[in-house]
Amino acid sequence: MYSYIPHTSGDEEKMLDTIGVNSIDELFVDLKEGGCLLKDYLKINEGISEEEVIRKIKRLANMNEQGTSFLGAGVYDHIIPSAVLSLASLPGFVTSYTPYQAEISQGILQAFFEFQTMICNLTSLPVSNATLYDGGSAAAEAASLILSSKRACNEIIVSSTVSPFYLECIKTWITGTGNNLVLLPEKDGVSDFDCLESLITDKTAGVMVQTPNKYGFFEDLTGVSSIVHSFKGLFAISSDPLSLTIQKSQGQWGADIAIGDTQSLGIPMAFGGPTAGYMAVNSSLMRKIPGRIVGQTVDNQGKVAYVLTLQAREQHIKRERATSNICSNEALISIMNVIYTSQLGFKGMREAALQSRSKAQYLLEGLDKLSFVNIKKRDFFLEFPVEFDSKERMEKFLLALKKKGIFGGVRLYQLTKKKEDEATILVAVTEKRTKEEMDEYLEIVGGLEND
Amino acid sequence: MSKIIDGLLYTKDHEWLKIEGTEATVGISDYAQSSLGEIVYVELPVVDDEFSAKEEIANVESVKAASAIYSPVSGTVSEVNEDLSDNPELLNEDCYSNFIFKLKDIKKEEDLLDADAYREFLKTLD
Repeated sequence: MYSYIPHTSGDEEKMLDTIGVNSIDELFVDLKEGGCLLKDYLKINEGISEEEVIRKIKRLANMNEQGTSFLGAGVYDHIIPSAVLSLASLPGFVTSYTPYQAEISQGILQAFFEFQTMICNLTSLPVSNATLYDGGSAAAEAASLILSSKRACNEIIVSSTVSPFYLECIKTWITGTGNNLVLLPEKDGVSDFDCLESLITDKTAGVMVQTPNKYGFFEDLTGVSSIVHSFKGLFAISSDPLSLTIQKSQGQWGADIAIGDTQSLGIPMAFGGPTAGYMAVNSSLMRKIPGRIVGQTVDNQGKVAYVLTLQAREQHIKRERATSNICSNEALISIMNVIYTSQLGFKGMREAALQSRSKAQYLLEGLDKLSFVNIKKRDFFLEFPVEFDSKERMEKFLLALKKKGIFGGVRLYQLTKKKEDEATILVAVTEKRTKEEMDEYLEIVGGLEND
Repeated sequence: MSKIIDGLLYTKDHEWLKIEGTEATVGISDYAQSSLGEIVYVELPVVDDEFSAKEEIANVESVKAASAIYSPVSGTVSEVNEDLSDNPELLNEDCYSNFIFKLKDIKKEEDLLDADAYREFLKTLD
């Protein structure tokens, strides 16, 4: 396959001539002398033709198991209007790289501006950036922001009910920084806020929670922001953006920072990525937010124009003192998010959220009739944990469903690695699931009663 | 030619300071403000926070770049110039009458420059 290196050997010679060296290898002589160059070429196969590549990739793709998905744990199988993928596949969107002379690319800046506006509307916070990599990097960036906000503080309290994936990201990011992560315990599937005050010390910079949480339960955050603000800490809430159409937004809960993953807004599951992360903050944190912020203004003829307004923490602005390195972002994903939200509107998104919840409720009620499971009754969004009387039973349950082409749920142990989660699965239901699919699910697992 | 005021102390990072007893008032020099260009934002330190000498204490952003202000001496922030939050351009207008922050309980550093020494130092930069 053609390697897509655009210059010809003639171009190469001309360039080498201009800088006064004889060969490309000569450019790296100093590296060779310093012992930095590989002695042998990497063992990479010769190129193959386009046709061969397509066949190879198709063969690999066909090895994937197809089925009806009740999987979630952060990435959900929502309906995606066809307009999302077909509009987003325009070459101008797909092939464009990050614009270094940003204002020349008015189209991409406008898309970011629309994305930011959508995030501000959903979160009820005034300042949004133009995406982070995913929900996990957004959580880690929020933790860094919180920890850097107060000089004398090096502790952040994060609820145990935050996604284990996000917790891992936070732990990785703060390793070696001299900062500490303190876990707020959970009780009956939600954060135990009764413990919060006892965990706060003069080193606490802020608190982070997630709702719906890692189990899918909504958290009751009444009074939490007052506790956090009473010691001048910062309060961050991570939320599935689709859930914000039917629950209180981060701004309404009194959060200073809103974060989350935008996968639920028109992005395919794709084995968990790529997705985009979002972050919105209150105005006082505008200069601390990572990434870039696009603003709307007018040009010298009075026409609407878009500009990169702020990128205060990034490396091309702050050089070696940069405190964030998200100079890149998830442009294509954010464009898909914007197409999705403009297709559905707030009403349509709310409808998708409400349908997901009521369908999940239907499946939950069916599963609750089984003698071998235990289901916590809590207010949830579209996902809920199902605990079995044994791990063996859980495996039998998942296998029976899989044989019929149904992915019945995510093993909680895979996420948390906790012994007590060994016999629990998370079951997610979206608006995409039909009553027939759920009835089939229930019929299959109902057959296990007599085992 | 950059304006330098006699009687003030200077650092090689182009801060000026005025020391009275154990208190220091700190700003940026004329050389600093003219090199930075149009200043659009000043990030001030928090009152009561303690800093060691040469530690990053504030930030000045211009249309060209964001630059750190380093604490010229160790001490505790006793006052910040809030006017700069809304009017950062005051630093361009008159960088010597608009301080950025004040420190108390300071420990004086050895390598601070007097006006003449700073004038000589600037010559080496051109």
